[in-house]
Amino acid sequence: MGDPLSHCASYCRWPMETIVEMSQITKRFAGITACDSIDLDLRKGEIHALLGENGAGKSTLMGVLFGMHQPDEGVIKINGAPVKISSPSDATRHGIGMVHQHFKLVHNFTVLENIVLGDESTKNGFLVMKEAREKVLAISQKYGLMIDPDSEVSSITVGMQQRTEILKMLYRDNDVLIFDEPTAVLTPQEITELMKIMRGLAHEGKAILFISHKLNEIKEVSNRCTIIRKGKKIGTVDTFNTTPQSLSEMMVGRKVSFDVIKAPPNPGQVVLEVEGLSVASRLTGKNLVEDASFVVKEGEIVCIAGIEGNGQSDLINAITGLGAIDSGSIKINGHEVSNLGIRSRSYEGMAHIPEDRQKHGLVMDFNLAYNLVLQRYYESGFQKAGFLNYKKIREYASALIEKFDIRCANGPATIAREMSGGNQQKAIIAREVDRKPKLLVAVQPTRGLDVGAIENIHEQLVEERDKGAAILLVSLELDEVMSISDRILVMFEGKIVAEADPQKITYQQLGLYMSSSGSAQGAG
Amino acid sequence: MMEGKSGKRSFSGFIEELSGASFVASIASILVGLLVGYLVLLSTNPSNAAQAFKALLRSGIADRRSMGQVLYFATPVMMTGLSVSFGNKTGLFNIGASGQFIVGAYVAILVGVRLTAVPGQFRWVIALLMAMFAGGIWGALPGVLKSLRNVNEVISCIMMNYIGMYTVNFLITKTVFDPLKNQSLRVPTEANVPKMGMDLVFRVGNQTSSANGGIFIAVGVAVLAHIILERTKFGFELKACGFNKDAAKYAGINERKCIVASMAIAGAMSGLGGALLYLAGSGKGIDVIDVMAQEGFNGIPVALLALNNPIGAVFSSLFISYLNVGGFNMQLYNFAPQVIEIIISIIIYFSAFSLVLKTWIRNLVSKKNKSRVVE
Repeated sequence: MGDPLSHCASYCRWPMETIVEMSQITKRFAGITACDSIDLDLRKGEIHALLGENGAGKSTLMGVLFGMHQPDEGVIKINGAPVKISSPSDATRHGIGMVHQHFKLVHNFTVLENIVLGDESTKNGFLVMKEAREKVLAISQKYGLMIDPDSEVSSITVGMQQRTEILKMLYRDNDVLIFDEPTAVLTPQEITELMKIMRGLAHEGKAILFISHKLNEIKEVSNRCTIIRKGKKIGTVDTFNTTPQSLSEMMVGRKVSFDVIKAPPNPGQVVLEVEGLSVASRLTGKNLVEDASFVVKEGEIVCIAGIEGNGQSDLINAITGLGAIDSGSIKINGHEVSNLGIRSRSYEGMAHIPEDRQKHGLVMDFNLAYNLVLQRYYESGFQKAGFLNYKKIREYASALIEKFDIRCANGPATIAREMSGGNQQKAIIAREVDRKPKLLVAVQPTRGLDVGAIENIHEQLVEERDKGAAILLVSLELDEVMSISDRILVMFEGKIVAEADPQKITYQQLGLYMSSSGSAQGAG
Repeated sequence: MMEGKSGKRSFSGFIEELSGASFVASIASILVGLLVGYLVLLSTNPSNAAQAFKALLRSGIADRRSMGQVLYFATPVMMTGLSVSFGNKTGLFNIGASGQFIVGAYVAILVGVRLTAVPGQFRWVIALLMAMFAGGIWGALPGVLKSLRNVNEVISCIMMNYIGMYTVNFLITKTVFDPLKNQSLRVPTEANVPKMGMDLVFRVGNQTSSANGGIFIAVGVAVLAHIILERTKFGFELKACGFNKDAAKYAGINERKCIVASMAIAGAMSGLGGALLYLAGSGKGIDVIDVMAQEGFNGIPVALLALNNPIGAVFSSLFISYLNVGGFNMQLYNFAPQVIEIIISIIIYFSAFSLVLKTWIRNLVSKKNKSRVVE
């Protein structure tokens, strides 16, 4: 892996036969031109990355190719012949398959049932699964897609769900495979596995379109890369000859600093004090968080690092009040809060950027203005004697939209559901940061965002720190952990196994703590 | 991209556009419903269909007395419609309006008949308040079960309907029974809801209608519900819970309290509806039979037609009541009451397509906007 020659070899071995040709594709939505005269050609046996910021038009372009949107202008040719793709089933007929960012699987069906769904073979009206099973197993062998055909989808890992999606495409003999941000939901190990699978597929002559905004992955796996910015194509480059820096410049339109610029921390009073905190699972009784103790002080960013599912979410739920605790204490500003509700913790100056922005962070059917006052609507000024002051709420929302550059179609009246993921996250951050929190709990605040937005969010966090807020950050991205934190706490199987100084610890050491038992306490 | 220009589009403009689409859709679907209803009429009795349909359409405004009857029939379903709408706005399906309605009705009659210590002109106020209280408890119970134990409110509401019906039947025979008519005793005239001038306006000669002050109370409650939902902090919390319970909890809103409060208010509305019907002074009593109060279920189409908007519920209940008065007059043209019920149900059923039509109209509008951009 990572050897540029290996994929160059596979790239060169295959004839450069163009399979899909999209020319001058333009797609407009009410008020926006999502794609503006975009050309794209896809060759057999190549992995073609599609790079762009959130809302740049990548997904729309792929939607056009997959038949979910009809282009207003432009032509799609497949194997040289112009085609009209008016629905996803049309696309399937033309050999185009897509793995969506949010999988489209039936959760109480087995893997096999999901794969054949919509393309079942029947005999006298009864399902015949035997042939399907053989075909699925043969494909999974051929491409190294490890699955258990009889497991229910709800009980398998995200990685296996994704492999199921890939098998769905291969089962239908698709030659053009679209992957919409496939790595966003995967662990590092699963990402490595996916890259291997993608290379194998390309090697077998499949053409792969890979949507991403993670530069390292694009650099690692793709042959060519098309960059889109604000609906326009910036260019197509051979990935082998470019650097992540130049890619990001083309994507954002300016130089992006990968390093967070920040002064040394200046920790003050203790704001959050967690002592002997344990949270047990309600199902198994096993401790999800075990005897966790730590403090977060004014003016520092403390980061909880760890592989997903090691108790970070349960720890954060306990601190923020979303979940109950079994023993231990949580103090904010010296006040015990473990028995208090969320609102009371809010009064103590706690703000929370939640892990799941659509579940907890926003009321998706409320408009942006309502969402921006979701944590403050009860404050005097926004309400008087129980009546809301809509003028104030609107003015406040407009000010936040301007200040935090939240892009929305109808200003404060935009329904949250209609906004892009990146802007939804910006809205949450605007709301939480503007409360001038003493304690800011941020859980994966940059997940799924592009480099420009990540840079912006990191700046915000550092700014809050410098204003004296205590910041507790949970991140799964090692780069983020290393670049932004002032102190690192490593969680493994519910325990805090190490505390480290990002200046003194290496990626390798940190990785070891994250994946093994904490034999060496307090390195750095 | 586009935030600059359209960002300035006003908030109220947005609301207008939305309600415009809803209004057009509601009217269009009612027309479709009437058309289909007419086709059914034609198929059952072609010779009288035209006249019967005319009766259905015109009876409600034929004379002042009929108009009064429309108001009289609209009052209880307006209340149950408001009750269902209020629950829906907060994400709860209050199918228990029937039970809440009958419990409220019983308590109102009990107070009206038995609380003779209080003079009549005050007694009706106490009766209404007690009915709201009783209906509120009937609604709050499923709310409590839901908030504490996550019991589906639909199941518990249906159970409460049966419990309410049988309990009320039992209690009537024990407390306010008229064995001759097998129904509850009549509430003395002075303890009924005052006419508030309605008897003077809606009458033909000596024939008065049953219209009374209850309609003012019902409309007042609708306005109040609208204000609570759209203008207050409390309404904001209720709606936040209704749309996304998790986000409401995250924002520090006590979502359990919201569920109980919402169900209690919805229950109180249904209970008031029961009281307003049986204190209307029309001489109606609760029949001791094993049939659930239909007014409770009729609240569901009222809410549906109103798209859960409390002000809309005022109009949709008037519409349904109008059809009922018209349907009554269709009997003159040899239509069986059952067929009339079917026709009315079909009209209501098709009218409920307004949601589909609304989406359709909005798509049409957005398509038009899009083509404008292309130009």
